Amino acid sequence: MSLRRAIATALLACVAAQASAHAFLDRAEPRVGSTVHPAPRELMLWFSQELEPAFSTVKVLDTAGRRVDGANAQVDPADHSLLRVSLQALGPGAYTVVWRVVSVDTHASEGEFVFRVGQ
Amino acid sequence: MVVTGAPASVFAHGFAGKRFFPATIATDDPFVADELSLPTISTSRTFATADEPSTRETSFAADISKRITPNFAISAGGVYQWLSPEGQPSRNGFDNLELGLKYQFYTNAAAEAILSAGLGWDVGGTGSKAVGSEPFSTLTPTFFFGKGFGDLPESVPYLKPFALTGTVGVAIPTRPNTTTTTVDPDTGELSTNIEQHPNVLQLGFSLQYSLIYLQSFVKDVGLTAPFNRMIPLVELSIQKPFGRGGGPTIATLYLGVIWAGRYMQVGVEAIVPLNGNSGRGVGGQVQLHFFLDDLFPKSIGRPIFRD
Repeated sequence: MSLRRAIATALLACVAAQASAHAFLDRAEPRVGSTVHPAPRELMLWFSQELEPAFSTVKVLDTAGRRVDGANAQVDPADHSLLRVSLQALGPGAYTVVWRVVSVDTHASEGEFVFRVGQ
Repeated sequence: MVVTGAPASVFAHGFAGKRFFPATIATDDPFVADELSLPTISTSRTFATADEPSTRETSFAADISKRITPNFAISAGGVYQWLSPEGQPSRNGFDNLELGLKYQFYTNAAAEAILSAGLGWDVGGTGSKAVGSEPFSTLTPTFFFGKGFGDLPESVPYLKPFALTGTVGVAIPTRPNTTTTTVDPDTGELSTNIEQHPNVLQLGFSLQYSLIYLQSFVKDVGLTAPFNRMIPLVELSIQKPFGRGGGPTIATLYLGVIWAGRYMQVGVEAIVPLNGNSGRGVGGQVQLHFFLDDLFPKSIGRPIFRD
């Protein structure tokens, strides 16, 4: 295979429709590291990839390590890159979001961040 | 539906926990992966010596790495070089083939740490003499490390996106010296020249600041594409010959940025010589790097043998 053809093949592979990849957290609501008021009633996480619903989870913990989400995390049926979970009534303070997701090609990624609820 | 177990999910190229280490251009990566660098284009100018004029060196390189098991990979790389010495004809050709193997023996997700050990083999005699390829092989055992700073205290959140990677290796020529005998055409006298081939201590470091990490895990500061996928970095390369007469130390700094996408990354760096032996003027390099595990997750992008 010529070098030119090899490069072209590699570039074409980049846009192959079948390809998938690791899911990175694209954005969140409440936003990563933000302070919000009033307290949100739902957490939404948008990822760079569509997720495997059965193996994508998120939980929200208060500073004492108690879980304060509704334990009903689900991938949005209309947008498979969106993971959402309801929140209990949150008082002022810091909350840690811990997520672990698997993209549709079984690549796993994980992460955590903090948001705060203001007075 | 009742979920009874986790899928056979995989963490791959450059991940330790939530830390993503990009493939750096000058410093070999601390992790094993299925990846392809094609091409890496570099240009710089050497410093003139008593024997050689200042030379513009331009190279076109390709490297591929393939995981045999999730933690063990082999690699192969080739470089085509164009050398343009001042006042002399240009010459070009392939440098020696480079083969390697690497074992990632430690990964700590919480500490965002990776350790690996590897062996490089510059296969003597496979390159062109026109570009100075050695007729003998050189073996380079190397230790690799990567460490993200995400475990720093919450009081310094903006330091968490930093990461440090590095390599420590020793290049060991398989031939200690080369003896050349010449005949003086006028007198007929024989003269013998012995060129020593010292070992070379090879150090490489990269200090990275991941805007991906900042946005996703520390604070969403509102960066948008393409900046939210960038990793500015500084790399340092030091080569110190020792034994068999030694030689001058070469120290080079690389300043640049890597943009990482879903399936590939692009890196651009300025090459800054730090001493007179390292070169003259500022050079540059650019690299296109493909994540084969993401492009072809069900074929060549996965380990041949799974644990």
